[in-house]
Amino acid sequence: MASIKMRAKASDGVTTIKALISHPMETGARKDKKTGKLIPAHFIQEVVCEHGGKTVMTAEWGAAISKNPYLSFRFKGGNAGDTIKLSWADNTGKSDSGETTIK
Amino acid sequence: MTSMKRRIFLKGSLATGAAGMAISAGLLTPRAVLAAWPKSAFEAKTVDDAVKGLFGGGTLSGSDKIKIKAPDIAENGAVVPVSVTSDIAGAESISLIVEKNTSPLTASFILGAGTEGYVSTRIKMGKTSSVIAVVKAGDKLYSAGKEVKVTIGGCGG
Repeated sequence: MASIKMRAKASDGVTTIKALISHPMETGARKDKKTGKLIPAHFIQEVVCEHGGKTVMTAEWGAAISKNPYLSFRFKGGNAGDTIKLSWADNTGKSDSGETTIK
Repeated sequence: MTSMKRRIFLKGSLATGAAGMAISAGLLTPRAVLAAWPKSAFEAKTVDDAVKGLFGGGTLSGSDKIKIKAPDIAENGAVVPVSVTSDIAGAESISLIVEKNTSPLTASFILGAGTEGYVSTRIKMGKTSSVIAVVKAGDKLYSAGKEVKVTIGGCGG
C-alpha cells in the first residue's frame, strides 16, 4: 500500500477512481549526471484494478508514462463501502497492491 | 592444424556466449507475471508498427467521438496531462500513442465490461508531436489526434 494513494468515489451509479503511484519510471535512456552512465530502465508495465472480483481496468504501460504515475478512470456500478483493489508490476519484477473503499 | 582447432574453439565459445546472453535477458523480465504485456508493440519505433504489434494490423479511421484533452503547449515534456474521452459504444481498449517519441506507444488501457470510455494520466513527451488516441471497438479501430507543443523535452536528462 505504501506506494499507492487511491481514492474512489461513487455518484449517480458511476464510480470514479483516482490513483497515484510512487515509482521512478526510468526510461533507460537517461544518464546519471555524476557518473555519465545510463540509468537502467525501471518502469511499471501493468496496473490492474479490481472491484468485486472483476477486473475493471488493465493498463499496459510503456516507459513514457510520467514519474510517479497518475491514473484516473470511471466505471458503472460500485456502491459506497465496496472494496477497490489496485496492483502494479514493473519490468524488474517488483510489484505492490493497495485497497481502498468507495466513498 | 593448430590454427584450425583454435578457430573451432572460438566459434564454440561465441555460440554459448550468445545463448547465455539470451537466458539472462529472459530472467530480467519475468514473463509469467506479465504474459499479456505487448513487448513488440511497446518496442516499436513507428506508429504503424505499434498498431500492428498491439492489434495485429488494421487501419485507423478518424472519429469525432473521441476527445483528447491535453495542453496546446506543454512547458515540461516530462509531465503532460492527457485525458481521453470516447463515446464509442462497445469500446474495449484505449491506447495512447505519441508520434514523435522514440517508442511511440505510451499506454494501452483495457476496459472492463462496465468501464466507461474515459482515462486520464500523465505522459512524457520528447518533443512537439501529435498525441494519438486509438479506441478498439469490436474489429474496428478508431482514432483521434491532438498536437501538443513541447518547450522542454521529457525524455533523457
